Amino acid sequence: MQIIFDKVNYIYGKGTAFERHALKDISFCINKGEFIGLIGHTGSGKSTLIQHMNGLIKASSGSIYFNGEDIYAQGYNMKQLRSKVGLVFQYPEHQLFETTVFKDVVFGPLNLGLDKLEAELRAYEALRMVGISDDLLDASPFELSGGQKRRVAIAGVLAMKPEVLILDEPTAGLDPRGRDDILDQVTKLHEEAGMTIILVTHSMEDVACYCDRLFVMNNGELVFQNPTKEVFAHYKELEEMHLAAPQVTYVMNMLKEKGWNVSCDATTVEEARDEIIRALGSMH
Amino acid sequence: MIRDITIGQYYPADSILHRLDPRVKLLGTFLFIISLFLFKSFFGYIVVFIFFASAIGLSKVPLRFILRGMKAVLVLFIFTVFFNLFFLPGEEIFRWGIIRITDNGLYKALFMGIRLSFLILGSSLMTFTTTPNQLTDGLEKALKPLNYIKVPVHEIAMMMSIALRFIPILMEETDKIMKAQMARGADFETGGLLKRAKSLIPLLVPLFVSAFRRANDLAMAMEARCYRGGTGRTKMKPLCYKGRDYAAYTIIAIYLGLIIGTKLLERAGLLFYL
Ligand SMILES: Nc1ncnc2c1ncn2[C@@H]1O[C@H](COP(=O)(O)OP(=O)(O)O)[C@@H](O)[C@H]1O
Ligand SMILES: [Mg+2]
Repeated sequence: MQIIFDKVNYIYGKGTAFERHALKDISFCINKGEFIGLIGHTGSGKSTLIQHMNGLIKASSGSIYFNGEDIYAQGYNMKQLRSKVGLVFQYPEHQLFETTVFKDVVFGPLNLGLDKLEAELRAYEALRMVGISDDLLDASPFELSGGQKRRVAIAGVLAMKPEVLILDEPTAGLDPRGRDDILDQVTKLHEEAGMTIILVTHSMEDVACYCDRLFVMNNGELVFQNPTKEVFAHYKELEEMHLAAPQVTYVMNMLKEKGWNVSCDATTVEEARDEIIRALGSMH
Repeated sequence: MIRDITIGQYYPADSILHRLDPRVKLLGTFLFIISLFLFKSFFGYIVVFIFFASAIGLSKVPLRFILRGMKAVLVLFIFTVFFNLFFLPGEEIFRWGIIRITDNGLYKALFMGIRLSFLILGSSLMTFTTTPNQLTDGLEKALKPLNYIKVPVHEIAMMMSIALRFIPILMEETDKIMKAQMARGADFETGGLLKRAKSLIPLLVPLFVSAFRRANDLAMAMEARCYRGGTGRTKMKPLCYKGRDYAAYTIIAIYLGLIIGTKLLERAGLLFYL
């Protein structure tokens, strides 16, 4: 088990009028190589939760283990943790600062204390991975389009070669094409490099398509941490949390109500298609 | 970390001080600040202290929160006290190596320290109990007469309210960018002065970019709502005085009286040894 949370609580602004219990008794574990989807309505604590994973926020109580080591132990190397657990913030393009795209991506690996050549190699590789072409390397990051900026920012984290990659709503505000590009690249990293992925998103379709397991947050509590299909079977409860299941789930449930002999497991369009064809076949 | 800076922040609570008309608080704070610079003896500061302590008590803002405001200006505070204490000429009362403290230095350092802390705490008490909107509304109304000599009061008030509104937004932004860069291995806390100054670049550049972006958006939004300054503009909630405001004015007048009385006594040399 790679990441373990044991009864983690976090309270913002403790002892002031702004006090807010953002995480309540969160416990879970994440195995190496998993693809986790994290969903929950706005303000449910998703961003707070993921910032604990690389030690940017220190839990008010509870413990967190990474690769078997307590990250709050005396003398634990936080900098190393941050290089192993790459965190891409929401709207990461807002953190670009260098004069060229390449220099911006090299910032992370250089901070790790790598020598210049190695750092540049990694930056180059990362930019390739996110599909930024070579002619953009010397452009100013501020001249790029929104989608390109975001890919550069993601490359900035990938260049550190993390074992775990956390993305906070990486597709917010992107067009469908940009969205698919980014998610496909993330899947590739998952499959080829065996990276553990934690994806925060509002799109149930994305979650259904990519994730093995789904974490559902509601008002600071972790309500579900089950395989994706199991969670969507509870779509009525999800609705009470201002969430929803993929549209396909609704279609299948309606068909079933109409007396069709289909299972409601399907969460992607392809699965639904196969299931409906099967049902049609068995009807004749 | 960055949230420790509490100056200029509003602290929501339900207290008489929060409900007062902003003009009363503005005048009160103004007189309070002037009164800080009147005295040369400690007795005067007892009056100031009593007034201020009761104001804090009435405000229902936790003392801890108010004192945290001092943290942001600690450097300035230490500087002031330090230079006054060690570098003023006068009769020597203590000497250890090259360090010497004079009576004049000690006295000045003490007074500057007291004045500076009251000054900061007093003005932050006002912003704790008054929302930026109320504050600028009050200022606008109080300064209205200046319109006759062609001072653009409304525009100044508008600029002020925007500036105040942006403080918490920029702080939040700073916090976020700082974390994002720390996630990329940036280190803001260790190293020498030069290294630390350099490490601020990844923080400051995005911060300025974002400030300009927000300013642009705001300008556009104001333009889209046909904003064109103060002429002919009415208010949704016009300010008007209530009973408690007159009561507060009375208290301020009494405070003023006490201050002047104390000052006169001090002048007459009656309080010199206090
Ligand atoms: N820096 C902060 N200071 C105080 N409260 C915060 C801060 N960040 C988030 N919160 C509060 O904590 C709760 C969880 O926020 P967040 O983790 O950002 O939710 P999500 O990412 O799911 O939208 C929200 O109610 C939010 O208002
Ligand atoms: Mg969030």
